[in-house]
Amino acid sequence: MIHFVLLISRQGKVRLTKWYSPYTQKERTKVIRELSGVILTRGPKLCNFVEWRGYKVVYKRYASLYFCMCIDEDDNELEVLEIIHHFVEILDRYFGSVCELDLIFNFHKAYYILDELLIAGELQETSKKTVARLIAAQDSLVETAKEQAGSISNIIAQATK
Amino acid sequence: MNPFSSGTRLRDMIRSIRACKTAAEERAVVRKECAAIRSAVSENDNDYRHRNLAKLMFIHMLGYPTHFGQMECLKLIASSGFPEKRIGYLGLMLLLDERQEVLMLVTNSVKQDLNHSNQYIVGLALCALGNICSAEMARDLAPEVERLLQSRDPNIRKKAALCSIRIVKKVPDLAENFMSPAAVLLKEKHHGVLITGLQLCTDLCKVSEEALDYFRKKCTEGLVKVLKDVVNSPYAPEYDIAGITDPFLHIRLLRLLRILGHGDADASDSMNDILAQVATKTETNKNAGNAILYECVQTIMSIEDNSGLRVLAINILGRFLSNRDNNIRYVALNMLMKAIQVDAQAVQRHRATILECVKDLDASIRKRALELIYLLVNETNVKPLTKELIDYLEVSDEEFKGDLTAKICSIVEKFSPEKIWYIDQMLKVLSEAGNYVKNEVWHALIVVISNASDLHGYTVRSLFKAFQTSGDQESLVRVAVWCIGEYGEMLVNNIGMLDIEDPVTVTESDAVDVLEIVMKRHTSEIDTREMSLIALLKLSSRFPACSERIRDIIVQNKGSLVLELQQRSIEFNSIVAKHQNIRSALVERMPVLDETTYSGKRPGTLPATGSTSTGASLNIPNGVAKSALPLVDLLDLGSDDAPPPSSSGGDFLNDLLGIGVSPTPSMSGSSKSPTKGTDVLLDLLSIGTPPAQNNFSNDLLSMSTNNGPSFSSLERTQSLSSQVSSPPGAAPMMDLLDSLSPTVSMTSNSLADMNLTGDNGLVHQPIVAFQSKSLKIMFSFSKKPGSPQTTLITATFTNLSSNDYTEFLFQAAVPKFVQLQLETASSNTLPASGNGSITQTLSVTNSQQGQKALAMRLRVQYKVNGEEGLELGQVNNFPHGL
Repeated sequence: MIHFVLLISRQGKVRLTKWYSPYTQKERTKVIRELSGVILTRGPKLCNFVEWRGYKVVYKRYASLYFCMCIDEDDNELEVLEIIHHFVEILDRYFGSVCELDLIFNFHKAYYILDELLIAGELQETSKKTVARLIAAQDSLVETAKEQAGSISNIIAQATK
Repeated sequence: MNPFSSGTRLRDMIRSIRACKTAAEERAVVRKECAAIRSAVSENDNDYRHRNLAKLMFIHMLGYPTHFGQMECLKLIASSGFPEKRIGYLGLMLLLDERQEVLMLVTNSVKQDLNHSNQYIVGLALCALGNICSAEMARDLAPEVERLLQSRDPNIRKKAALCSIRIVKKVPDLAENFMSPAAVLLKEKHHGVLITGLQLCTDLCKVSEEALDYFRKKCTEGLVKVLKDVVNSPYAPEYDIAGITDPFLHIRLLRLLRILGHGDADASDSMNDILAQVATKTETNKNAGNAILYECVQTIMSIEDNSGLRVLAINILGRFLSNRDNNIRYVALNMLMKAIQVDAQAVQRHRATILECVKDLDASIRKRALELIYLLVNETNVKPLTKELIDYLEVSDEEFKGDLTAKICSIVEKFSPEKIWYIDQMLKVLSEAGNYVKNEVWHALIVVISNASDLHGYTVRSLFKAFQTSGDQESLVRVAVWCIGEYGEMLVNNIGMLDIEDPVTVTESDAVDVLEIVMKRHTSEIDTREMSLIALLKLSSRFPACSERIRDIIVQNKGSLVLELQQRSIEFNSIVAKHQNIRSALVERMPVLDETTYSGKRPGTLPATGSTSTGASLNIPNGVAKSALPLVDLLDLGSDDAPPPSSSGGDFLNDLLGIGVSPTPSMSGSSKSPTKGTDVLLDLLSIGTPPAQNNFSNDLLSMSTNNGPSFSSLERTQSLSSQVSSPPGAAPMMDLLDSLSPTVSMTSNSLADMNLTGDNGLVHQPIVAFQSKSLKIMFSFSKKPGSPQTTLITATFTNLSSNDYTEFLFQAAVPKFVQLQLETASSNTLPASGNGSITQTLSVTNSQQGQKALAMRLRVQYKVNGEEGLELGQVNNFPHGL
């Protein structure tokens, strides 16, 4: 099971956190600080796994961002690397060659995508196409609602002129 | 419009936060935004609620408190539109966790959304429920989720499946409701539904035996077929990763098969073919393929034995191990740890490669490899392996040295074939990384040295040499100082030369030089200096020619700012100057330290796996028979160098002055006995271990001190003088030093008398608490420090049958007036025919001590050849007064 997902920039700034196991706010801050200290200082050629408090943290760096997932000791580390890559590819497809800025300004979108990929710390969908389709459908629902709201307020504005 | 509530757009806020150059600036921006959001919250602003929540989420991610936004999430979730709900649920998952009570308020909205006609809204609710639901919510909403498992929309089914996992984990009794719908999911074609279904079944098997049986009977065949299909499926662009169709699906199938095959020969049999195919046919040039192979190897290792497959699996691991990719090597090491239980021989073949991994650049790999090597060591390979590890110690990273020394010391202690080898290896470790060695380790070394009487000379000479080159390693220095103090004359006169030694010429003043260097070096720790001071006193008697010089060195510390040193040097000076006649008796060699007691001293620290820490497992062979002083046993002093009752005063003090170490609280101070007279005895006798001794001499010799640690001992000293009724004992202690021999001998004699006549009532012989034809339980007793009502019972379990017991579990019940606390047992496997035992400590507090006797019911559970065994018993033969 994935206990949490962290996206940390090379400067140690948090870009996304998702907790599937309960951690208090205090613990979360501590975990992030501790792990970014360990992960950001590891050299480039080393393996992508860090043993930490009886768990394993699998991380992978994409450009300036570190994607980290904390898993149980007996989970498949190599598979988690694939899950991370899967997530990155979907982000890439959605934003069109994603960069850190996309994830900062559209952090909520990144969360929506993650929610289509993982629930309860388990993988939900292995098809990138399906995830993209689901996200697009929900985005368009939002757009429609916005337009309607816009037109309604227009109508009201017209009527009360 | 309210000037605050409109605020800025989300984008603008992020921009202005990013533009901040200092943390203070950022705080100011955030504070302003939060103030605006708060006022919007209090005005119940509807138009910008979703935007405010989005802002809050960003602020939350930066680590600022955002609790005031929690209710906003609920409001958004309760509104009707999809956009509001979407952001509301996101906020709910980010800002809240299952432990917040606010969460309960959302249950109803979630329930409504689960029944919504819009599939995406249902999806949102399921996602939130799966990520943060609490046990109560799980119970309330389980029926809805169960129903959604059969929904027509695959996206809902897969979300419901994962949501069920969370529900089942929170409330395991609900598992049976999910069994049959989960089995249906395994027949799906939709990959998303299939993998979530597999995951659900896997988790159900983990929480419920019943589910495991159910799936094993119903689904094994089907799963094997699904795996076959997916392995042989043609190129499918939607799921393809590196030429493999859906590796995630492969892995989940293999994982569930592993659980179904474990412990079931038929199920294992049915999956052999496909496992062999996966193991041989999977592409290995990409990570995805290796992930599948890794999973496959794990499955092969844990299903029922098939030697052909096992060979295949071990070979895969061998290939992994020689891979250049660090990730692959890491998982190989990880997997070999498990394989070692299945086929230790096969793993031994890779020893050389694993040893190389210990020296890897990568800390994660080094750690894994070291753990693995630790498991691989046995009597036959201990010498070469230790040599390799010690050689590596020289060049290893500083931060790795702690782990490495711990493991080396543990290996050396566990497997040393002979003492001289043990001592040699330990000296190497100490000279190389003495600063990283834990105290227990060098304490144990001293015990071993003390027991190896034929090696005293050799050891002290080796230490002398090692000190010349590695004098900066603190624990090496301590051992050297101790040995020079004890065996100084052997160093100088080349006594006990072994054939392998080169003769050295060390003069008496060379030996004193060592101690003087230690005393004067400002980097020496205080404990080390204290040890050195005592060693000097010992040498002053062993080397009369150097006596004056030693006195000079001692005198130099009279003004030391460290109270202990100051006090000790004044006392020692007085001994050297005024009490020549008794000095030689005072500083006689330490009696041999008892290995068995010493190692038994810290049963609680024995690591459960043997792989975590060192120091504790001091199973040094050749233990000296323990001297049979029941009182000593009883008081848990763990020593046989407590003076026998007839010892003269001189002998007695000799012990007192034995090298003490750090000012750890002495055993004596904490042992409690009901009678005050024995309290005193306790003080006097509790000199079993080095840590206790220093304190002890403190007790006797310190008078006018008022520092923290010796204050309590001072009190005890006074209690000694007042409570020991014999007149000489009551004389002020200061006199002890000035009129030393008569008083002390009398004191100790009178105390020794008390020791003899003392409190027989305290001697609680061990009892046989329970015996059947298959099991024997012994209880031995000791008193818990500080509370007379509490008794520490050490239960020793012995297996009298000819089969090993596994999953051994001991439980006990006591009457209401007694409190019972069970510590962890030393193991859960009990070897057959008394070839070993399990010990477990019970702490029993009898609130009506003296009025009511202890009684206890026992229940012992274990497995013999897979069969459950159960023994029940009652103990009524506790000694009186416990």
